[in-house]
Amino acid sequence: MTYEPSALRLQREAARRRASRRSSLIALASTIAVGLVLVAVIAGAPGFDRVKSSFFSGHYAWKALPQVLSGLWLNLRVMFFAEIFVLIFGLLIAITRTSRNPLLYPLRLLAATYTDIFRGLPLLLVLLLVGLGIPGLQLSWLPNSAVLLGTVSLILTYSAYVAEVIRAGIEAVNPAQRMAGRALGLSQSQTQRFVILPQAIRKVTPPLLNDLVSLQKDSGLISVLGAIDAIRAAGIETAQSFNFTPYLVAGALFVALTIPLTRFTDWLTRKQDRARQHQGQW
Amino acid sequence: MSKLILEISKLRKSYGSDVVLSDISIQLPEHAVKVLIGASGSGKSTLLRCINLLESIDDGQIFLDGSDISEVGTDADKVRSQIGSVFQAFNLFPHLTVLENITLAPRKVHGKSKDEAEAEAISLLDRFGLKDKAGQYPDLLSGGQQQRVAILRAVINRPKALLLDEVTSALDPILISEVLALIAELKAQGMTMMIATHEMGFAHRVADKLLFLHKGNICEAGSPETLLSRPQTPQLREFLDSLRGAGRL
Repeated sequence: MTYEPSALRLQREAARRRASRRSSLIALASTIAVGLVLVAVIAGAPGFDRVKSSFFSGHYAWKALPQVLSGLWLNLRVMFFAEIFVLIFGLLIAITRTSRNPLLYPLRLLAATYTDIFRGLPLLLVLLLVGLGIPGLQLSWLPNSAVLLGTVSLILTYSAYVAEVIRAGIEAVNPAQRMAGRALGLSQSQTQRFVILPQAIRKVTPPLLNDLVSLQKDSGLISVLGAIDAIRAAGIETAQSFNFTPYLVAGALFVALTIPLTRFTDWLTRKQDRARQHQGQW
Repeated sequence: MSKLILEISKLRKSYGSDVVLSDISIQLPEHAVKVLIGASGSGKSTLLRCINLLESIDDGQIFLDGSDISEVGTDADKVRSQIGSVFQAFNLFPHLTVLENITLAPRKVHGKSKDEAEAEAISLLDRFGLKDKAGQYPDLLSGGQQQRVAILRAVINRPKALLLDEVTSALDPILISEVLALIAELKAQGMTMMIATHEMGFAHRVADKLLFLHKGNICEAGSPETLLSRPQTPQLREFLDSLRGAGRL
């Protein structure tokens, strides 16, 4: 037998279609209205032509692109290594802070102090302290490369954030899971490794990726130490031409770099939300 | 008389000044099934959790297969690897498939190879009609299936005794019967078990001996027939009356 929708159902679907067409029209109209207002306000501003030529010049954008791109390659390498170390340290700190082993108490205290300090300290300050302070000690065996010290600063700051996110995930796993693991004869560390951590990491993947997006963007701050990254390269170009377009080029490239990761984060969050709705878990 | 798998002697347990178990002594011979009944809060769950050392005891002794596991310094992981525990809320690991749930302890605790553990798990799942669920995640299973997997996860380690704590309390009647059938099958195969339950019909069917717990004491003990039809103490009579009033007896 084929499915015959009832008259009431057809009526309801028609009403729903009408409502959805109406909301699309309203959305379109309001977007156009807001767009027009913006154009009128910005393009009508007295200094618009000067802003346009000094921030949005196609000529200078094209001219600066090779240098900014080669600077961006440095950012990419910094991001890559910083992300790897941040994930490793963040995980280790989170495990230390959630362990109940009395032997680890000093480490636990250290980890708590560390996260407290580096979550509160502005990244710019950390960069200056590490990037200028360490070479200032004049110890020949310590590295003094701006790139290396800049990366270390990023790792120091972001490990603290990531550790807290992972710790929240560990504490969000139902205690009954730990009990079930121990009841099977798994040791404390086996339970942590095979039962708790995999669930914790799954729970916090979206906020974790969010922190990594933020780290990617902040890798541009190492330019204050003199490392020739995308921002610094744009600065050098700007200094020669007094046109700010190169900064905008660098900015656009950073956005383009983070978009894949932000989209991936959104997609993952939505997927987990759906799973949670279906199964009442995760 | 066959050898004693579990021997509990004068066990006491309290949370602060709140006495949960006072002077409990139970002997569980090999292949025997003892069922704990009693109202919520009578100490059934706490008793089971004391046996697998998830709770510490205040006084008394617990012997597992002849050795004292209540001594200070007992290797709790080793004890738990010899006792199977199943809980009311299943507590399957949601990030692992059914097969991975069942093979985790054999591989990590009992040192079996992946192939060996999986072959054993598959044959166990097959025997209890769950083979087609091996690759699925627990969330996709019915409550009854989840609980049966949880029981098999404990059984695969060949425990000396199996502790079942209200394993059907979270299930509806149809799902309860499939879990109870599995437990009856385990009894037929000679599994030594200690069971806490509210299912009187099941208690009657599977128990060699019923123990009625009331306020942390074993108030009455004996064969299911005797206890359910000729209760001696007013406490048990009252408990059975309240079950009857709720239509559960």
